Amino acid sequence: MRLPADSSRTDLSRRAFLKRSAMVAGGGLVVGFFVPPGLRRLVFAQESPAAAPAMPPANAFLRIGSDESVTILLAHSEMGQGVWTTLPMLVNEELDADWSRFRVEHAPAAGAYGHTFFKIQMTGGSTTTSSELDRYRQVGAVARSLLLAAAGARWGVAPDGCRTENGFVVCGARRASYGSLAEAAAKLPLPASVSLKRPEDWKVIGKPTRRLDMPEKITGRAQFGIDVRLPGLLTAVVARPPTFGGKVRRFDAAAAKAVPGVRAVFEIPSGVAVAGEHFWAAKRGRDALEVEWEPGPHPDTDSGQLRESYREQAQTAGAEAKSAGDVARALVAPDATPLTSQSTRPPLPPLTPLLPLIAEYAVPYLAHAPMEPLNCTVRRTAQGCEVWTGTQFQTVDQHRVAEVFGLETAQVVLHTTFLGGGFGRRANIASDFVVEAAHVAKGVDRPVKLIWTREDDIRGGYYRPMAVHRLEAVLDGQGGPLGWRQRIVTQSILAGSPFATFIQNGIDPTAVEGAADSPYVAAFPHHRVELHAVDPGVPVLWWRSVGHSHTAFAVESFVDELAHAAGRDPLEFRRVLLARAPRVRAVLELAAGKAGWGSPPPKGRARGLAVHESFGSIVAQVAEVAVDPERRIRVHRVVCAIDCGICVNPLGVRAQMESGIAFGLTAALYGELTLREGRVVESNFHDYRILRLPEMPQVEVHIVESREKPGGAGEPGTPPIAPAVANAVFALTGERLRELPLRFADS
Amino acid sequence: MRLLVNGQKHDVAVPGDMPLLWVLRDVLGLTGTKYGCGMAQCGACTVLVDGSPVRSCVRRAATVAGRAVTTIEGLSPRGDHPVQRAWTELDVVQCGYCQSGQIMAAVALLEAKPKPSDADIDAALAGNICRCGTYQRIRGAVHRAAELMEGA
Repeated sequence: MRLPADSSRTDLSRRAFLKRSAMVAGGGLVVGFFVPPGLRRLVFAQESPAAAPAMPPANAFLRIGSDESVTILLAHSEMGQGVWTTLPMLVNEELDADWSRFRVEHAPAAGAYGHTFFKIQMTGGSTTTSSELDRYRQVGAVARSLLLAAAGARWGVAPDGCRTENGFVVCGARRASYGSLAEAAAKLPLPASVSLKRPEDWKVIGKPTRRLDMPEKITGRAQFGIDVRLPGLLTAVVARPPTFGGKVRRFDAAAAKAVPGVRAVFEIPSGVAVAGEHFWAAKRGRDALEVEWEPGPHPDTDSGQLRESYREQAQTAGAEAKSAGDVARALVAPDATPLTSQSTRPPLPPLTPLLPLIAEYAVPYLAHAPMEPLNCTVRRTAQGCEVWTGTQFQTVDQHRVAEVFGLETAQVVLHTTFLGGGFGRRANIASDFVVEAAHVAKGVDRPVKLIWTREDDIRGGYYRPMAVHRLEAVLDGQGGPLGWRQRIVTQSILAGSPFATFIQNGIDPTAVEGAADSPYVAAFPHHRVELHAVDPGVPVLWWRSVGHSHTAFAVESFVDELAHAAGRDPLEFRRVLLARAPRVRAVLELAAGKAGWGSPPPKGRARGLAVHESFGSIVAQVAEVAVDPERRIRVHRVVCAIDCGICVNPLGVRAQMESGIAFGLTAALYGELTLREGRVVESNFHDYRILRLPEMPQVEVHIVESREKPGGAGEPGTPPIAPAVANAVFALTGERLRELPLRFADS
Repeated sequence: MRLLVNGQKHDVAVPGDMPLLWVLRDVLGLTGTKYGCGMAQCGACTVLVDGSPVRSCVRRAATVAGRAVTTIEGLSPRGDHPVQRAWTELDVVQCGYCQSGQIMAAVALLEAKPKPSDADIDAALAGNICRCGTYQRIRGAVHRAAELMEGA
């Protein structure tokens, strides 16, 4: 969506409720700001909003101190994606303050900091920039307007005759710093409206800007949840059932209690908690604990058998997610010859009309494995309780903690720390690790920090769901698109969650995103995307790029297979399919051009490409791949192009592309969780491999100049890399690898 | 036992099997050194002992008594060690959780090899996982730190 030509005028009386007060210690200006529900319409249209709810006093987004400090409160969580820098940039685009004075804090959990689309306070879906582009700019514009008015009043001139310059209001030869004006500005009436700059006048948005959280993160000062220290703090670990949904039958605490430093051993709903003076005591106590478990409802789960059952289901029709034309008729052909997983070079000869191609793709369960293991600290107070944790789901967690203690939500004060990675794991639909910490806190009379060990994390569930895709397609006599049928078998992430209302007609949109809305699929006049939602009882969750993490692999691999089967160049074949998706095609062409598509790759290497749209951004990647003598896939170079619309911080977008590629490569080359007899086999980084530095390819990122509505950057870099690598492996070896992680049959 | 951490002496009474990591974090309050795996697989807990990189999650504190332990907090008083300056220049960090370990491993490498090759960097930092994937900038920043140290 384009920004309206005149998006610059913001009528505050109609469009938002706003509040400021001189409440900061030492005096200063506080700008609180609340954009009411329905912001998506508000930002890009001119409709009047519903009445804004009252704003709690804590709802400040910006504080300007008499000491010249400029403090930005983040409604979203910093988990590596860079919002600690981009949201202050948005404020300063309008505020024009001295960047070196900026300080950043996570906002407390409160409804007023709700996501402008999703209402709850959360970070996810690669939506922070699109959620906040207007809100944080408006905060800056209101503050600047008040500072100009304060200067005008002081000097007896019209504010219109003053201008701002890097933290000063200037009028002729007179200058006043923002800090010196803050207290006076805080006493002024609010402006009836503020003007936002036109995009062509932007000076901050689009400027490569280094991270504001760098100093604390290179000195060890940054406070992650696991670093919280409080007087009298205990540390707890929990013994959990080895099968999902299992329960404690009985336990013997004697040996655990005998471990020096252990203070309490007790049952909680999720297992047996061991609390001690420090982590080592708690961990040793848990090692000594004897627990007899009641198995969960699925004690025989075997991921290999599960995958085969998914393959069987994929033979039958599922619920319709998207359909056009008559795919059943289009796919009927006399000489149906399925592609097999042993398909080898040379490619099939050019198609005879109506030869359907059939292929199945499979992806395993995956753990998020953020570097900071899950943790949460809880302190009970006279007023209620305090919680410290790195979370992507503040108000959901706050509400659930209140439920555990029987408190009002407002009695739970939740402090967001830095997140040592999130990737979706810290946006838990059941607030699993936070609720567990609350239960632990109920069992002790001191503040307590719950820490999950790495083993707890890898085996603790809430995985990227396993998925099988069965694809069938037929091309017309000229190699053009005719029929496409895709059947997806996977678990629903939303079923049983507070977001279950998003499931419509049996379709969980997170299971089919990237397929049902694929421009490739739409190019086939007869197409149908179907879903079988299965429930094997394994807890699943959004994992960086969610459904796109498997749909892109299936769709882009299959398009590549079709290109080769038709005897077409993979780039040319895609260009034809993307004729009606010019923005997608342009990104693909940019990446292909920069990668030297069509020129010979370095000796021993081949290139593969993929393009995929997710979270409002389009990313294309060309992977340059070799296979070493031990038959290991080595990715040497990735050329990445992204169209994310308005790009607030190019440095941040580049970093997110590198990051998404590294994350996706881990899944493409190594990632796999195995379940046997209901238990997770893998446990730590020795058997759940993560991409390491020597395996990181050289990544080049190209950002499309755009004034389109901003899309995301945190997730869209992940989906294309697995198919780009698989397609390169085919180009190099003639072997089509249809399962992740990518492995040769003979290695 | 008596530990020498960042130039300061600490007398601590802890279980004999307690890893250095947890003494640093839970007893001395030096939380810059991180727990990631507990089995020397990820490098988040890397500190220097007499200048050499050590995975503190598996090293019993008792074995380093009296030896010079350096953690991220003790690397430089103002956060301006050449490695830290290079990290800032190249905007290396993302979530930041692994970076203490990455930086300590890089410092140890540069002490041993002032002009490391890419292969040297691969070998020295292969044990430090970054889930955010900052590897490309880490590589660049190690080279940059080598330049800064040469010019110092």
